[in-house]
Amino acid sequence: MPTLTSPVSEDAFVGQQFDDIEQQRDAAKLGMWIFLATEVLFFGGLFLGYTIYRFTYGHVFVEASHKLDVVIGGTNTAVLLVSSLLMAFAVRASKLDQRRMLTGLLLGTALLGCVFMSLKGVEYHKDYTDHLVPRMGFKWEGADPGNAELFYWIYFAMTGLHAIHVTVGIGIMLVLALLAWLGKFSRGNHNTVEIAGLYWHFVDIVWCFLFPLLYLVGHR
Amino acid sequence: MDQFRLFPPQASTTSHEVDALFFALTLISLFFMAVIFLPIIFFSVKYRRGSSADRSNPSSGSFWIESGWTVGPMFLSLGLFAWSALVYFRIERRPANAIEVQVVGKQWMWKLQHAEGKREINELHVPVNTTVAMTMTSQDVIHSFFVPAFRVKQDVVPGRYTGIWFKATRTGEYHLFCAQYCGTQHSQMVGRVVVMEPTAYERWLKSGELSESVVLAGERLFHDRGCSGCHSPNSQFHAPLLQGLYRKPLPLADGTMAKADDQYLRDSILQPAKQITAGYPNIMPSFAGHLSEEEIMQLIAYLKYIGDQAPPSP
Amino acid sequence: MNNATSEADSMKSATEVIVDRPGEFARENYLSIHHGVKAWLLTKDHKRIGLLYLGTILSFFVIASVAAALMRIELLTPQPKLVTSETYNKLFTIHGVLMVWFFLIPSIPTVLGNFVLPMMIGARDVAFPKLNLMSWYIFVAGGALALWSLIHGGVDTGWTFYTPYSTTYANTHVISMAAGVFVAGFSTIVTGINFIVTTHKMRAPGLTWFRLPLFVWSLYATSLIMVLATPVLAITLALISVERFWGVGIFDPKLGGDPVLFQHMFWFYSHPAVYIMILPGMGVISELITCFSRKQIYGYVWVGSASMAIAILGFLVWGHHMFVSSQSVYAGMVFSILSFLVAVPSGIKVFNWTATLRKGSIHFATPMLYALGFIGLFTIGGLTGLFLAALAVDVHVHDTYFVIAHFHYIMVGGMVMAFMGGLHYWWPKISGRLYPEFAGKLAAMITFIGFNLTFFPQFILGYLGQPRRYHIYPPEFQIYHVLSTAGASILGIGYLMPLIYFIWAWRHGRVAGPNPWRATGLEWQTTSPPPEHNFEETPIVTGPPYSYSPEKDADLNLASL
Repeated sequence: MPTLTSPVSEDAFVGQQFDDIEQQRDAAKLGMWIFLATEVLFFGGLFLGYTIYRFTYGHVFVEASHKLDVVIGGTNTAVLLVSSLLMAFAVRASKLDQRRMLTGLLLGTALLGCVFMSLKGVEYHKDYTDHLVPRMGFKWEGADPGNAELFYWIYFAMTGLHAIHVTVGIGIMLVLALLAWLGKFSRGNHNTVEIAGLYWHFVDIVWCFLFPLLYLVGHR
Repeated sequence: MDQFRLFPPQASTTSHEVDALFFALTLISLFFMAVIFLPIIFFSVKYRRGSSADRSNPSSGSFWIESGWTVGPMFLSLGLFAWSALVYFRIERRPANAIEVQVVGKQWMWKLQHAEGKREINELHVPVNTTVAMTMTSQDVIHSFFVPAFRVKQDVVPGRYTGIWFKATRTGEYHLFCAQYCGTQHSQMVGRVVVMEPTAYERWLKSGELSESVVLAGERLFHDRGCSGCHSPNSQFHAPLLQGLYRKPLPLADGTMAKADDQYLRDSILQPAKQITAGYPNIMPSFAGHLSEEEIMQLIAYLKYIGDQAPPSP
Repeated sequence: MNNATSEADSMKSATEVIVDRPGEFARENYLSIHHGVKAWLLTKDHKRIGLLYLGTILSFFVIASVAAALMRIELLTPQPKLVTSETYNKLFTIHGVLMVWFFLIPSIPTVLGNFVLPMMIGARDVAFPKLNLMSWYIFVAGGALALWSLIHGGVDTGWTFYTPYSTTYANTHVISMAAGVFVAGFSTIVTGINFIVTTHKMRAPGLTWFRLPLFVWSLYATSLIMVLATPVLAITLALISVERFWGVGIFDPKLGGDPVLFQHMFWFYSHPAVYIMILPGMGVISELITCFSRKQIYGYVWVGSASMAIAILGFLVWGHHMFVSSQSVYAGMVFSILSFLVAVPSGIKVFNWTATLRKGSIHFATPMLYALGFIGLFTIGGLTGLFLAALAVDVHVHDTYFVIAHFHYIMVGGMVMAFMGGLHYWWPKISGRLYPEFAGKLAAMITFIGFNLTFFPQFILGYLGQPRRYHIYPPEFQIYHVLSTAGASILGIGYLMPLIYFIWAWRHGRVAGPNPWRATGLEWQTTSPPPEHNFEETPIVTGPPYSYSPEKDADLNLASL
């Protein structure tokens, strides 16, 4: 098992298809950026649907949006932003070869991810008791219940898809934390941490769009 | 040789315009095929392996030649676009003073009703040299109303009204197809359009069982289904009056404006809460599921009829 | 320019070193080095993955072709004889779904692209070999789901899955079929990412962007579309499943949705997907035309840029599938003008290929016959595309056999011809052996004749007004259907022949040697079949691609001729 002190050269991490670690690093980073581009378009389909129905059924969408819990949503926004900050520090720590620091920061990021998911769970439960979950005891007092339900479909689809991404991110962070503790990211092999960081920031940014669109729409 | 027919009959004013464009496109295509295929054949023979042709100083490109075959086709295609857009504009713009026919598509038949009330299934009788305009919708999936001899086609979409018009120029019987795949018996959702002399058409219209006109049917529905209970000057509920409404701009509760066209009226019957008229409470119940597509069309025809009347003073 | 010619000379000599050893079969190669099923299933070698893909997509091609054959036999008579309407609808759906997503989209990129792209740029492998293998497994999983739907009764929505039919009215396995396409989409995305990164980061020293072979350019443009369009398809199919399963009103107007929104989302993917299907074919043709006319491509920069222009413009024309769908007249006009403009870069390519032949030394080997066939069929397909871009004509021919004929001229006449041409061209590299040349030429010509007989009558049928997806049709259309079915049986022979002689040639073909075509690409500067890591040492590139000399090669006799 390579540790901090073992004499591992950078070349040990280089795949046979690459000439050197620099090429490998660039390739991995570019690959992640392109993957994120596909993710943007993946969410883009849902954003498009939301926008169109928002224009068509503006009234009821605003009313439905008011029933969502802005406090939980806002707290979650803060939680994710802080986690992104920790992630940025983690990337720095991996570059500086700080093993303990890196492990701690990755665990911190994962923990904040878990906090986000827990709050999300609380919020989903609250939605359930408020009869806002479509097809599961959905009740709507105001006009046009059908399109109010449509709003909550879109809300659950978008936040659900985002939650899946957060869960995957937490898994990645935990695995990376374990590997970091084992010293796998020493000696300039900080590539994996860096591209995982790109992914985490992306998940954060998606939420930064979801929050105003779903929670704050029409608030005056 | 009749079975090798190359073109469908030209039986409407539109068909001549579309065919002219089609022939022009065919000529242009033949020109480009000649421009591409003749040199290929020529080069293939002249520069075949082992031939003694001169191969010195082969060119690997020239800015001017490349620009030429970029810009030339570009202008040509812009010209073609302009022409085709003009014809399309005429196909899409519904002329005034047309005979009105209402069409409802369903799996797998066409239900049509003339303004005079006469109903048909999978058949459409129209007079020659007269403009016929149709308002269409579907009660299930998307269909498409297609009469090849008239060169017209329009998807028939559930939840919205689409229109199509034509002016037949030759009497006869022509195919009516559903062009949008709509399920198992899609290929049996076919019928015929019968173009008749005006006198024969009048005779046909009066033949058979007499039925009430679309507007009368709409008026009857307006009373039977309770619309008039609220939408009348002496109603105890505060509901807007519908006389003089059709095609007029209408202020909505959210501050925007809407035009009281067919689509708006349809939505107001089925989803009253979607667009509320300014100054009125949101109290109208939805009639979704209580009215058939034909009945909604009849109601709208009635609203259109009273759309020219002055609103009565309360 | 003088500089370029001297560089070209030095590169030629590198090629000729290899050519000096003709007829040699490399005993140590990527096929011989590992044995057994496990070695194949766990391989990270791009060449083996290419062959895994070849086997997989050919299986789907066979199933989809059988479906097409059954349809063509059924259409011999206006009234049903062989199958019910229900079965007929399932046949055209399975034909469309499998051909589009499980054959055409992966065909050239995953088979030929995987095999030759790394070698063309002088790399040992793609950037992410593990992802490459993963993409094959994802593809197989998607294919398995599609086949599951087929075996359990099929799907009858057509490959376009139009709503609300697909979400509310169809009683068939729509969700599992959509899931199959959804999963296969991720395989496409992974391949796209891999190719983009490989092209950016793995090029051999000296191989600048404008020295790249045009096949690499076209794969790059294709990958961009794959990466940016496929996720929209994924989300659209997911929404269909959600609406179908839970009855959410997204697309069905009865539930408050909008059926035309589906068409916008579907064609936002599926129109660019058409370019996923044709761009790689254009790249192959650039390789074939240059090699077999022994000439530098005419207008390299223009041909390469045309690929990129098509990739970008291709994202802006989806609405031309919706001229009669009730989208606004003005939207129709914008989409029409953009559709006319996207024809221009395709035209540039055809003109440049034609000009390349001038002063060449033209060899009519099998790949060249396919390439010339491609130009002919693609030109007809492209020009008939103008008819469809022209709004007023499209109103008449939309959803008729005219459209069917048009896109088969592009997809089958274009892409499949290019795929066959490319497969013949690189076969000596893949297997180390030559296919039988006479049989090859014969098959190419049979394919060309059979294809035209199958699909040209469909243009006429379409203008006469025969709608697509019709099981029963008016009797006056019968003669053209009979012609078309006759052509299809000839076309079938054209496709069966290569299948047979390729299998034969795998063991018994004449040994090809490293570079039987005397081609200049880097993939020919290694032994045939190539070693596991492609090159003994990384090649260094000193000049532009296609530095052929037609004057010198005027009497050249290629190995197999």
